[in-house]
Amino acid sequence: MNELPGDLLYTKDHEWLRREDDGTVTIGITDHAASSLGDLVYVELPEVEQDVDSGGEMAVVESVKAASDVYAPISGSVVAVNEDLADDPEKINSEPYGEGWIVRIAPSDDVDESELMSPDDYQQLLDELDE
Amino acid sequence: MPFIPHTEKDTQEMLAAIGADSIEALFDEIPANLRIDHLHGVPEAHNEMEVSRLMRDRAAMDGSPLCFIGAGAYEHHIPAAVWDIATRGEFYSAYTPYQAEASQGTLQVIYEYQTMITALTGLDVSNASLYDGASALAEAALMSVRSNRRVKSGRVLLAPGVNPVYEQVAAAIAGSQGLTFERLPMDPKTGNVAFDELGDGQDPVAVVIQQPSYPGTLEDVDRLTNWAHAQDAAVIGIVNPTSLALLKPPGQWGEQGAGIAIGEGQPLGVPLSSGGPYFGFMTCKQKHVRQMPGRIVGRTTDLDGNLGFTLTLQAREQHIRRTKATSNICTNQGLMVTAATIYMSLLGHDGLASVARRSHANTSRLVDGLCAIDGVERLYEGPYFHEVALRLDRPVGPVLAELAEQDILGGFDLTDFAGTDALLVCATETKSEADIDRYISAFAGVTA
Repeated sequence: MNELPGDLLYTKDHEWLRREDDGTVTIGITDHAASSLGDLVYVELPEVEQDVDSGGEMAVVESVKAASDVYAPISGSVVAVNEDLADDPEKINSEPYGEGWIVRIAPSDDVDESELMSPDDYQQLLDELDE
Repeated sequence: MPFIPHTEKDTQEMLAAIGADSIEALFDEIPANLRIDHLHGVPEAHNEMEVSRLMRDRAAMDGSPLCFIGAGAYEHHIPAAVWDIATRGEFYSAYTPYQAEASQGTLQVIYEYQTMITALTGLDVSNASLYDGASALAEAALMSVRSNRRVKSGRVLLAPGVNPVYEQVAAAIAGSQGLTFERLPMDPKTGNVAFDELGDGQDPVAVVIQQPSYPGTLEDVDRLTNWAHAQDAAVIGIVNPTSLALLKPPGQWGEQGAGIAIGEGQPLGVPLSSGGPYFGFMTCKQKHVRQMPGRIVGRTTDLDGNLGFTLTLQAREQHIRRTKATSNICTNQGLMVTAATIYMSLLGHDGLASVARRSHANTSRLVDGLCAIDGVERLYEGPYFHEVALRLDRPVGPVLAELAEQDILGGFDLTDFAGTDALLVCATETKSEADIDRYISAFAGVTA
């Protein structure tokens, strides 16, 4: 397993969050999630300006063997979606923390980091899953 | 693949594992007032000999009348080879197996079917079939909502010529999911949509166009498709597969083509059989494929380069996606699809076109003959395919009853739909000129 980027926050649903300088939050799924799904063939994205609630469905990632929901880790409004995934969904497999980002959200409240996981905590979760 | 039933021991072990006393106990959550302990007129049990006897007697009661009824299901000649091949042991199942790739022959049939149906409808992809034409409309409407997310109204507008039974079924299935079905205004002269009365701003998520229409007319599908797309609506075409050998396929309607086409597959080699089993077909443009319910079979090569067939779209089916599946359909109509595939293979494009032309010619002969009788005229003007609505000067029921006494099923009573005494008649290629002339003179006799 590759090392987790240290500048991101994580969730138990295997999503990552990056807090951008402009106050928005970029969200994707982790390398672990992408590898478990297998080669992605389709990503169903939300609409820009759509409001999302923490814990609600936000996107759907579909591989040859399964379609899975991506849940919003925070509440807010979608300010951007990664349109490139329409033609190139496997970017999520190849660069989950970079070109494979999924959405960018303007949080409606201050992001409560205590609800999210640090890289160390998430690594611990992955280690437990491996056992 | 063999069907292996559970033994009594299997059943007891499974019940013990889930902590249930009996199979009956699994149904406890259904309230008592919704349960019935017997079906009226259906006996508890009959053995095979008794059932065979009963069915033979019932079948004999039907006789072998001359049938001029269409209205959604059509009598066509079915070459003997169709059901001879379809009922071979290798094909004789209603199901796509869940371990699908072990049944390469079944998958190849479905693949060939998809190829032929997409060619007929002029669209990119076909699923492996649905229950029937009516439920296919419900699935197409739900699919439009998923793929046309910009429109939130849930309002589906139906051309005036959409089969009212399809509307009822679609409303029953999709109504509880927030969809409403409304009719576009009709031009009483043509039976088709009244373009002058179409207003903007209705915000429809989809517009449904049936061609040929339920009362047999031909809609200006190009103009209506363009109007619908100008309203940002998805376009669903309901089509008769036989007619597509002659008429423009839905994929070519208007400037962009309909996005989804559905219909009743029964005319393709499936007998009338008192209303079923039939099958529904569904095709769509590539861009809607993720929202299409059911399965798609694809052709591929294995590691050694050998040709093979595999399920390429099933990730959104309920055995994988559970409650979030695109649809709750449980199976396709595999056996009917097998028959349709063999039927289409045997006829080919020219054969199907010949069936279509002959049906049109026969219906023309019938309509011309009937309209020469006093008190009979066409209800709507304009061209038609193989079915025509006639206005009568008297109630239709008694006329049909008297014709039935002469072993003629004289058509479908269209009075409720038309709001006037009206009869829908159809003469497919199965009717000879003598049959048609016999009907015309019988009709003249009972209305004299």
